[in-house]
Amino acid sequence: MTQAFRIDNGGLVNREKKLSFKFNGKTYFGCEGDTLASALLANGVHLVGRSFKYHRPRGFFGVGVDEPYAVVQLYRNGETEPNIKATEQELFEGLEAKSVNCWPSVNFDIGAINNFLKIFLPAGFYYKTFMWPKSFWYRIYEPFIRKAAGLGVASTKHDKERYEHKYEYCDLLIAGSGPSGLASAYAAAKNGAKIILAEDKPRFGGSLLTSDVNIGNQSGKDWAEGIIAELKTMPNVVVKNRSQIFGYYDHNMLVMSEKVSDHLPSTKKYHPNKRLWYIRAKEVLISSGSIERPIVFGNNDTPGVMLSSAAKEYLKVYGVLVGRKPLVFTNNDSGYETAIEFKKYGVNPIVLDTRKNPESEIIDEAKNLGIKIKNSYVVVAAKGYKKVKSADIASISEDKKQLGKIENIQCDCICVSGFWTPTIHLASQSGNKTKFKEEIDAFVPGQSKQNEITLGAANGVFSLDETLKTSFKAGSELSKKITKKNNEVAIPNVVEKKSSQHDKFWCVPLPKGKNYKRFLDFQNDVAVSDVEIALREGYRSIEHVKRYTTLGMATDQGKTSNLNGLQLVSEIENKIVPAVGHTTFRPPYTPVSIGAIVGREVGKHSKPTRKSPMHSWHEKNNAVFVDAGVWLRPRYYKRGNENLFEGSKREAKNVRTNVGVCDVTTLGKIDIKGPDAAELLNRVYTNAWLKLPVGKARYGVMLREDGIVMDDGTTTRISENHYHMTTTTAQAANVLSHLEYYLQLVWPELNVNVVSTTEQWAGAAIAGPKSRDLLQKLFPNSDVSNEGLPFMGYMEGDLFGVKARIFRISFSGELAYEVNVESDYGNFMWEKIIEVGKEFNIQPYGTEALSTLRIEMGHVAGSELDGRTIPFDNALEGLVSKKKDFIGKRSLQRSAFIAEDRQRIVGVVPLDKQTSIPEGSHLVKDDKAPLPNPKLGHISASCWSVEYDNPFSLAILKDGKNMIGQKLFAMSPLKNKVIPVEIVSSHYVDPKGERVRS
Amino acid sequence: MLYINCPHCGIRSQIEFSYGGDASVKRPELNKEVSDQEWDDFVYNRKSLRGKHLELWQHISGCRQWIKIERDTATHEIFRTFKADEEVA
Repeated sequence: MTQAFRIDNGGLVNREKKLSFKFNGKTYFGCEGDTLASALLANGVHLVGRSFKYHRPRGFFGVGVDEPYAVVQLYRNGETEPNIKATEQELFEGLEAKSVNCWPSVNFDIGAINNFLKIFLPAGFYYKTFMWPKSFWYRIYEPFIRKAAGLGVASTKHDKERYEHKYEYCDLLIAGSGPSGLASAYAAAKNGAKIILAEDKPRFGGSLLTSDVNIGNQSGKDWAEGIIAELKTMPNVVVKNRSQIFGYYDHNMLVMSEKVSDHLPSTKKYHPNKRLWYIRAKEVLISSGSIERPIVFGNNDTPGVMLSSAAKEYLKVYGVLVGRKPLVFTNNDSGYETAIEFKKYGVNPIVLDTRKNPESEIIDEAKNLGIKIKNSYVVVAAKGYKKVKSADIASISEDKKQLGKIENIQCDCICVSGFWTPTIHLASQSGNKTKFKEEIDAFVPGQSKQNEITLGAANGVFSLDETLKTSFKAGSELSKKITKKNNEVAIPNVVEKKSSQHDKFWCVPLPKGKNYKRFLDFQNDVAVSDVEIALREGYRSIEHVKRYTTLGMATDQGKTSNLNGLQLVSEIENKIVPAVGHTTFRPPYTPVSIGAIVGREVGKHSKPTRKSPMHSWHEKNNAVFVDAGVWLRPRYYKRGNENLFEGSKREAKNVRTNVGVCDVTTLGKIDIKGPDAAELLNRVYTNAWLKLPVGKARYGVMLREDGIVMDDGTTTRISENHYHMTTTTAQAANVLSHLEYYLQLVWPELNVNVVSTTEQWAGAAIAGPKSRDLLQKLFPNSDVSNEGLPFMGYMEGDLFGVKARIFRISFSGELAYEVNVESDYGNFMWEKIIEVGKEFNIQPYGTEALSTLRIEMGHVAGSELDGRTIPFDNALEGLVSKKKDFIGKRSLQRSAFIAEDRQRIVGVVPLDKQTSIPEGSHLVKDDKAPLPNPKLGHISASCWSVEYDNPFSLAILKDGKNMIGQKLFAMSPLKNKVIPVEIVSSHYVDPKGERVRS
Repeated sequence: MLYINCPHCGIRSQIEFSYGGDASVKRPELNKEVSDQEWDDFVYNRKSLRGKHLELWQHISGCRQWIKIERDTATHEIFRTFKADEEVA
């Protein structure tokens, strides 16, 4: 297919390099340098989608980030991405895109019936209609609305693209590379300031690419190219195109999304798809320019109606004519610039100007070129369904209320200009309270809130000369403050045509007897009549009007609609626009890929993975791993076809009969030193610590100030003023912060230092009746007899030349030891234990067997110390000192904590001795009681007791102390189970604790 | 994201810190009789202030020191930062 609307010369695209692409299944050709939008327009394709609510045909309205309609679904390299603006998507060979929001096709869309039902679909229709019956919402209304609405389909596949985050610091961050951005960047760069200059488009230069001006003795475009080329050579300057600064956050941090690969057929190896920059800038210069705003008239959403600046950019940048019979509808001089460009390429536009007798250099030029101009004229309505075919036009009275006789004129596009709206989003996001500038009918930034300054068109300054002067000055002065250098930069002379005052006209009245839809918000199908309804129904705040009508919502965030909406509200409410106020500008300025926000922190990378020094041994020996916090721990070591249940049972059984070894490196370890170390422990733990002798370990429980158990573990006195504390794997970091809090803030007089040594020590728990025999062989020179190393004893030993710490402590309830060596020797230690242990039938055991062993012993762990239990609940009240004070003690007097029927840990056995009880099951008295069945307690942990060969669980049960022997039901609606159970002691095995002391 | 001037390390981003609550709360002395009301005020009762607030932060990914920050809860403006033992004038 030929590019019938591509002119032969002019524009910045490369006509030599043809690119083929597919749109809605049909193949077209464009040029290198095109966007999807410009390439489609070059092929005469104007129909790109259907509107959100009425499914009316939609074309192109803008040329970049301002585009409200042309949102497509993109297919690239086997992936699909929704919500892509065709005006921003650069063309590449093989690009594929489809229209959204239409079914079965963009040409024949069934949803368009809504267009004929539009009298039934006014503002608030959904709120009013889908209220009753209540039960219909989830099953009928919501699924239907979801299917009918939306702007594309998110991929359900895993995203294979890579996204990066980057943190950067600079002196000056400059948003936008138009005349203002370039001037300030150049001046500041010359002073040696560290600069980042960001441009959201592929090409630098902003308005200089399309305006007919001269700077110095060059065209604006050539001047921009020269500045950019020089900036790129400077080491203190980072120049980024395709990079949108979309958010201005606290303390001068801005976030920028850089499209690294979107313009390529596929992402290059080692390149990300997008890069998110977190930029902390000393000063921010906002040179974000302005966006042309439309004039509202009948059927102004018809494909072929577009902003006059967009038509000009398609012509001057892409060499594309948006039509051959253009009608320009304007209230200011900008429309004439577009008309002049058309005329230069041999097309004869007609200009309708709402003003009576405008005079300026630009208008004179248009007249001299022979362009037909009709003053005091307006477009009443566009005609045509899928494309503009003609326009109904009429003269308008001076008070802008009366229309003259309606005439119909042929045209194939309507280029509309309702003057310019400064892009103040970033300034507003920074906290700047904007102010209304009467001369331009728009808001501009007010007093700076953070270190930000807005320049050029974004500040409501539309003269190039003034923009360059203020921007050079700002760049120079702000950088001077930082670098203390002052290299003067000569400000070039500017030749620009003078323009005349715009007309404060924004909406064409309806002719008598006509009921045209006049759209304010094109993306959301919000028409003048919808806002009128909202106001009639009593909505006053502009924020409420926005939410009721959806005006200014969705992905374009009202870039072209906000001000006209405000004008309408102010007119009906008879208030001035600043009194109506604008809605809050919130980041992001334009949609940002979720992938870019997440960055590399996906899947396994969302958290760090920690591995013990013995990890590779576990891997080689068929360990099946489980996540324990951020650690990977062996769950069990699979033999043959064993499953988890069989394997863990075998391992636990072997601990009870022979000896097992478990990797306990993950336990938190804190080294505590100082003359007041014992005093600190005495205040932190609930039990007494002042009399613990050197070479002894003690089990302790620590509380939060609210009396809830925070953590438990053993602490060993290594020497006079040196202690080694262990914490649970999960609480290690919190306990360290907790100790630091008290040492630094509450009791700074205590002379103690604490430091984490979790990663410095590798640990192996050796447990089972044969553990002492094994230990003796590992440490032949040490006396590890029951007298030499009694229960809770500690000694240092020599493990085949490696210094080791030996603790006689037990979690499994068996005779057990824990050996620690420096991490680098962890694997050595482990292999020695396995090797020497062979003759005692040693087996490694994982966390599942570890749990089994501790559960049937009634030892508590994280599932009981769940942030809701006090020492009594865990049968640990014996460890609570009555004599001394400690953290959280006062809270234990709270009435709920001393209640007679306080919850307490119990053991639970199913009556049939067969059915395992799901963890989390509720214990109830009567399984047939009506819902909600009163809950007496819950199952905290379950195992298969290897001692008795039947299921056993721990539970936290109300009045648990007096419930032993009771028959209850364990109910798990999730697993659909009701199990009759008996309550027993939580100490199911070896209740007297004889084994650990044997 | 806040930019916090750690009195020990200098200016660092918020991601290096963790929040620790109201810095004006004083723990009752050990071994002292404390009424229910006093204890509840210490453990639970906090004002949700709008405006200047003295709060605790810990530089967990830096020097691990607890510091005090005077911050506006509405605007996030940070007025001053203090070491743990520094008197707040």
